[in-house]
Amino acid sequence: MDIVRIATAGSVDDGKSTLIGRLLYETNSITQDKLEAIERASKRRGVDYTDLSLLTDGLIAEREQGITIDVAHIYFSTPKRKYIIADTPGHFEYTRNMITGASNAQVAIILIDARNGIVEQTHRHFYITQLLRIPYVIVCINKMDLVNYTEQQFEVVKEQFQELFSKANYKDQHIQFIPASSLYGDNIAVRSKQMPWFEGPSILEFLENIEWHSQENQLPARFPVQYVIRPRSEQWHDFRGFAGKLSSGVFRKGDVVVAMPSLQESTIAGIHRFEEEIEEAESGDSVVVTLSSEIDLSRGDMLVKKEQQPEPLKEISAQVCWLDHTPLKAGKNYLLQHGSNRVKAKVTNLFSSINVLDYQTIDGVEEIGLNEIGYISVKTARPVIADSYASNRNNGTFILIDEGSNSTVGVGFIS
Amino acid sequence: MSITTTIPAFPRMLEDESIYIMREVAAQFEKPALLFSGGKDSITLVRLAQKAFWPGKIPFPLLHVDTGHNFPETIEFRDWLVRETGAELIVRYVQDSIDAGKVKEETGKYASRNVLQTVTLLDAIEEFKFDACIGGARRDEEKARAKERIFSVRDDFGQWNPKKQRPELFDVLNGKINLGENVRVFPISNWTELDVWTYIKEEGIAIPSIYYTHKRNVIERDGMIWPHSEFLNTTEEEVPFEEIVRFRTVGDMTCTAAVASTANNIDDIIREILSAKISERGARIDDKRSEAAMEQRKKEGYF
Repeated sequence: MDIVRIATAGSVDDGKSTLIGRLLYETNSITQDKLEAIERASKRRGVDYTDLSLLTDGLIAEREQGITIDVAHIYFSTPKRKYIIADTPGHFEYTRNMITGASNAQVAIILIDARNGIVEQTHRHFYITQLLRIPYVIVCINKMDLVNYTEQQFEVVKEQFQELFSKANYKDQHIQFIPASSLYGDNIAVRSKQMPWFEGPSILEFLENIEWHSQENQLPARFPVQYVIRPRSEQWHDFRGFAGKLSSGVFRKGDVVVAMPSLQESTIAGIHRFEEEIEEAESGDSVVVTLSSEIDLSRGDMLVKKEQQPEPLKEISAQVCWLDHTPLKAGKNYLLQHGSNRVKAKVTNLFSSINVLDYQTIDGVEEIGLNEIGYISVKTARPVIADSYASNRNNGTFILIDEGSNSTVGVGFIS
Repeated sequence: MSITTTIPAFPRMLEDESIYIMREVAAQFEKPALLFSGGKDSITLVRLAQKAFWPGKIPFPLLHVDTGHNFPETIEFRDWLVRETGAELIVRYVQDSIDAGKVKEETGKYASRNVLQTVTLLDAIEEFKFDACIGGARRDEEKARAKERIFSVRDDFGQWNPKKQRPELFDVLNGKINLGENVRVFPISNWTELDVWTYIKEEGIAIPSIYYTHKRNVIERDGMIWPHSEFLNTTEEEVPFEEIVRFRTVGDMTCTAAVASTANNIDDIIREILSAKISERGARIDDKRSEAAMEQRKKEGYF
């Protein structure tokens, strides 16, 4: 059984919570006691319908203020798949939260109110799906019941969105338009009888049929070493295993590999998944690799195939999204963490920031503030073994950590 | 309940993710501990830790905060598991915190030591200088937990600040902390109750006997079946009677309700969950105290 991760984005009142509630309800994923608890809470708040947003608004402050502050994780499954929804707030620190929630997603659902069409938030949400290169985007044109389920209004909004897409960089993104009414369940789990003119899938049908993870096995193998296992016990006296999660590609027993950055060569002697020895590890597998010879390899290093070596980077150009209230400034030192590799880094140049509404770059900026996106270059104390984000999503990002607060303050996408 | 209900396969990607998290903990922290309660979630954590560091031993101790109100079957199981895995076990007692005057025993019909264990836990963290505590909380259990990070930073007082959580992106985990702070780590954040059970089934993991059907003295209170024990304060009307039950979730004897069930094997347990109308934490009396009971306890240092 595989897992599909979904990020949902929408602005205030466009029915996002109702849509999620629908998906849960129609896949039998809400239990009676949870539903009753929501009904009770809805009544206490004086609303006369079951407010499904109460399902996701978990914090006291959120319920008091009727807003969503943080990313909530919601789970549902079908006989075919398990789904994880990262539900991100539409209006409160949207960029920071949406990037956090959507960073692992294979699918983004962008909600648009059929009456209003594309609004400013839609630009921001779509920009983030592009920045993150989320492979599938469902543009859910919702509240079709309020426009009499007419094809004409659907087409108007669809055209507006296509105009937006025409300016985007990541053209391989698969966009699926779906007219829906989450309130009445039209085109959510099952196809709508109200919109016979629409021949596409319902949201759930679309989710059930996407294929994605086979692609990551086609990429060059990247094995970041997390931990070195040396039991030093009688039985495993000479065992020296390298534990990690293969972030892309495939490793086979007998592959000739190179440790980076030491550039020492060896051969894969064994691949272990607990007590079981396997012939091959795929992208995403957490395994222990043993080598045929002793080489210099430890946490933060990377094992790659001899014929697929990336260039070690000490000067990194990246697009960065800032996540902290204290702005990013050129010349400042941070810790840069790329997978398990954490190194000292200095922001050497700050080129420009980007206006996500019209894709214009603004040159000569002094700083990049919370929720803003810009281009920077970073110099690192030790080499980073990375790929460009466009060529390898799992090996092309890093976070920046503030050395004072230790908090994660920025995320970078390597150019 | 139909015998033909198909039991779904366990999604292996979840195990890969959890093992990755376990290894990050061992690599990023100096003194981690695994919070062990004897329930199925922490038993799952022990299995994941075994797998993550094989053929080496689990490189951190198990910490059990013993309320003194445990099911005896849980303690028996704990000691067996420790012998079986060769893991190191540390036990700290809520009774000691009570005797030292640090906490006061609750009184009345609903008295429980569930809230008290937070103080004992925080004291143990300080005593051993633990910088990371691995817990078995899952995001599907409860709505405050749905918003918590995998690496969740706690301040000097063990408190969680839900409004100031670090962004957690991709699978990069930032375990950098300031002196005095510590991190609660939740490797099975993305598992559901069903995932835990299908994993237990596929891996053949042993669990305490109270998860299976058995005869027990119980009382009925607030529409739930409470296990009768010397620790439970009962009224005169609450007359104990024998019932065929099992436990879906295991906490203290004073705050875990039983369910009427004849499930005596994992497949039947899974089928029962698949057809259940009540969520898992519906059987946790401690959560019913208020709409925000869990968030409130977490802010004070509960895991």
